[in-house]
Amino acid sequence: MTAYALRRLALAVPVLFGVTVVVFLVIALVPGDPALAILGSYATPESVARLNAELGLDRSLPARYLAWVGAALTGDLGRSYALDRPVLDEVLERLGPTLILAAAALTLSVLFGLAAGVASAVRQNGWVDRTIGLALLLGVSTPSFFLGLLLILWLAVGLGWFPTGGMSALFGGGGVVDLLRHLVLPAVTLAVVATAILGRLTRAAMLEVLRQDFVRTARAKGVEEDRVISVHALKSALVAVVPVIGLQAGYVLGGAVYVETVFQWPGVGRMLVEAIGRRDILLVQGGVLALATLYVAINVVADLAQAALDPRLEA
Amino acid sequence: MGRAATGFTICVLGLALGVVALVATGPGRTATPRDTLVVGQMAEPKSLDPAAVTAANDFRILANLFEGLTRFRPGSLEPAPALAARWEISDDGRAYTFHLRPDVRFHDGTPFDAEAVRFNLDRLLDPKHPSADAGPFPLAFFLAPVMAVEVLDPLTVRLRLDEPYAPLLAHLAYPIGYMVSPAAAKAAGKAFGRAPVGTGPFRFERWESGRQVALVRNEAYWGDKPSLARIAFRPIPDANARASEMLAGGIDLMVEVPPDQLGSFRDPARFALHEAPAPHLWFLILNAVEGPLRDVRVRRAVNLAIDKRTIVENVLSNAATVPSGPISPAFGAAHDPALEPYPHDPERARALIREAGAQGATLTLLAAEGGSGMLEPLAMATAIQADLARVGLKVAIETFEWNAYLARVNGGLKGAAMAEMAWSTNDPDTLPYLALRSEAAADKGGFNAGGFSDPELDRLIDAARGETDAEARAGLYRRIDRLTHDAAPWAFVASAKQTAVTARGVEGLTLEPSSLLELKGMAKR
Repeated sequence: MTAYALRRLALAVPVLFGVTVVVFLVIALVPGDPALAILGSYATPESVARLNAELGLDRSLPARYLAWVGAALTGDLGRSYALDRPVLDEVLERLGPTLILAAAALTLSVLFGLAAGVASAVRQNGWVDRTIGLALLLGVSTPSFFLGLLLILWLAVGLGWFPTGGMSALFGGGGVVDLLRHLVLPAVTLAVVATAILGRLTRAAMLEVLRQDFVRTARAKGVEEDRVISVHALKSALVAVVPVIGLQAGYVLGGAVYVETVFQWPGVGRMLVEAIGRRDILLVQGGVLALATLYVAINVVADLAQAALDPRLEA
Repeated sequence: MGRAATGFTICVLGLALGVVALVATGPGRTATPRDTLVVGQMAEPKSLDPAAVTAANDFRILANLFEGLTRFRPGSLEPAPALAARWEISDDGRAYTFHLRPDVRFHDGTPFDAEAVRFNLDRLLDPKHPSADAGPFPLAFFLAPVMAVEVLDPLTVRLRLDEPYAPLLAHLAYPIGYMVSPAAAKAAGKAFGRAPVGTGPFRFERWESGRQVALVRNEAYWGDKPSLARIAFRPIPDANARASEMLAGGIDLMVEVPPDQLGSFRDPARFALHEAPAPHLWFLILNAVEGPLRDVRVRRAVNLAIDKRTIVENVLSNAATVPSGPISPAFGAAHDPALEPYPHDPERARALIREAGAQGATLTLLAAEGGSGMLEPLAMATAIQADLARVGLKVAIETFEWNAYLARVNGGLKGAAMAEMAWSTNDPDTLPYLALRSEAAADKGGFNAGGFSDPELDRLIDAARGETDAEARAGLYRRIDRLTHDAAPWAFVASAKQTAVTARGVEGLTLEPSSLLELKGMAKR
């Protein structure tokens, strides 16, 4: 198991390296530049060129990339032009809120996704299965930004049950209860698509497993049906589901970009949206790198969990 | 029911109970504290150093922290005394002597005096000044004619100019002219933008990224003290989210209401809508150097063909007016009141195009996807495209993200091209000087992207800039207004009004033509 874990971790290194190259190139290819964003509408081509030189942006792409990666290896992600503070500080400050939101959304989607999938599979083609199937189809096809706005208008503006956005109340806020109150709508919004995908996948995996010999054997031996499903069948089905949970973590982290914008959640996603508008290149690179690292880490954990469920995978 | 299902049901019930408990114990509708005004902003400020920023969004915060030697007289763009109680201008227009108020201190307790004025102007204009590293200072060029600052005594300071420069007093009233505390600026260096110290009616309390910039009342203010104890500026970049927050009661005041949201706030029991004219101009730059738009007849035809009234009514929900020329009515006497906007007259437009032999010409229209002051750039572009098609001009729209757009347009138009642009200025000199003079052509580093050139206009712009007699100066701008209208280097499409919404019980808001949002007169009931 340890050897497998190490091998899996070693594989993450080239992936992250690839991410740095792609992020760097994409940002470099986008037209417009940070000098223009800093100088605003009154920027003249000359003042833009002068500031770009000051920021070191007049160097060749490879030179800029190497300088950035070199510094990043020592933990220095550079300085944000727009915020004028170290990128690492800003990213770390923003990572906490994103982790809270993503963890809440992922927990909700695993809980409800697995339950919906199992319930569907057990009552295959019955009305429970059909109702859940319809709900999951709706869920998978609802764009989060739309759902978010709808929930805000209905539950926050209309009924006043929840705050419209932010992570804590501006006045008299703080504390866990205040945080949870702010967390409900964005977490639900972010969880919906992932729940639907996990639900559909769990249903398929369960149906597959329920037809297998060992399930029939278990039933023949007189194991009670509840135990057959929750222990024998679900554990096998999870082998197929767990890596998808890892992939859904990617969806949740990506979805955080617009859910955070709609709900004014002070996380990395919203930071990225603002940084891209300002061509704050180093901040965008730092933010994407942080999200990518997180994603890779979650998938390493998912792979390890899968291996624990199915020892054959360690080979 | 099996054990697994029971376990799940318990989980879900627990969650549901938790959510109900959260709702039940919640504070109900968001309410803002009585002594605090919460302002919904379009974005996080870039910096709170008045010299380092260019966006109206950031100016709104600064206008409450800082003051300049001059300010704009309420309801106008005329300079009036502020930190300077009075001033004299030499006959040649090259020396301005300011007599400072004696009783002013910065928020850090240091006195505001002539040395502080010298420090501020030197910081802006001398790149070798020890505090210049807080830059770049993008708008410092507005004060560039100041050659030297002489301290005559602690309360008298003289600005020597290298040429007569009438816009000086207006720019001193603008954020670029705001006086920062020399002691604080020296101590903070580049960090001053996050710890600003001025003389204004409010002082800086804290800045929480993504949440708020909080100001508190300056108890030692030299003028009338504000009745509000605090102001919180909340950045809510998403327009829908900002409107929702206003509807839910989480903010007391919101400016730059998107036109399509205005309807949500027409409930006098809960909100008050405010509108005021502003020196804003939304126009199309027409390439006067190459292609069919070289011909003034085609440029006039474009102006005649565009149905400005319909755009203002339908696309901008009436939150704009139709401009007649480059000088806004907000500039008072500098605007020519007899000048009428180009009427919507497709017949005459077609005739002019025929005369010029430009029938069926294809034009490129560069359009932004958003951006400062750009209103509804894509909807407006398509409306213009349809209007021009009706008079026989084919228009191909090319869209760009704002940042990329500025880079593209400021580089100069090529071929048969038009480009959307919007400016908000604080002096009638700014727009013609930076964007209409021959010397301001794009290849010379200016903003005259269409390359329009008229020696008479150049002469008038220079003369107005050097004219210190207000009456005579206004007369020159009226001629500039009319000449530019007739030569049609641009198509004049819209002039946005300032809009704001306040919640019930929030009083005392005045929207100034300068768009600077001074909140010291506001109160909450």
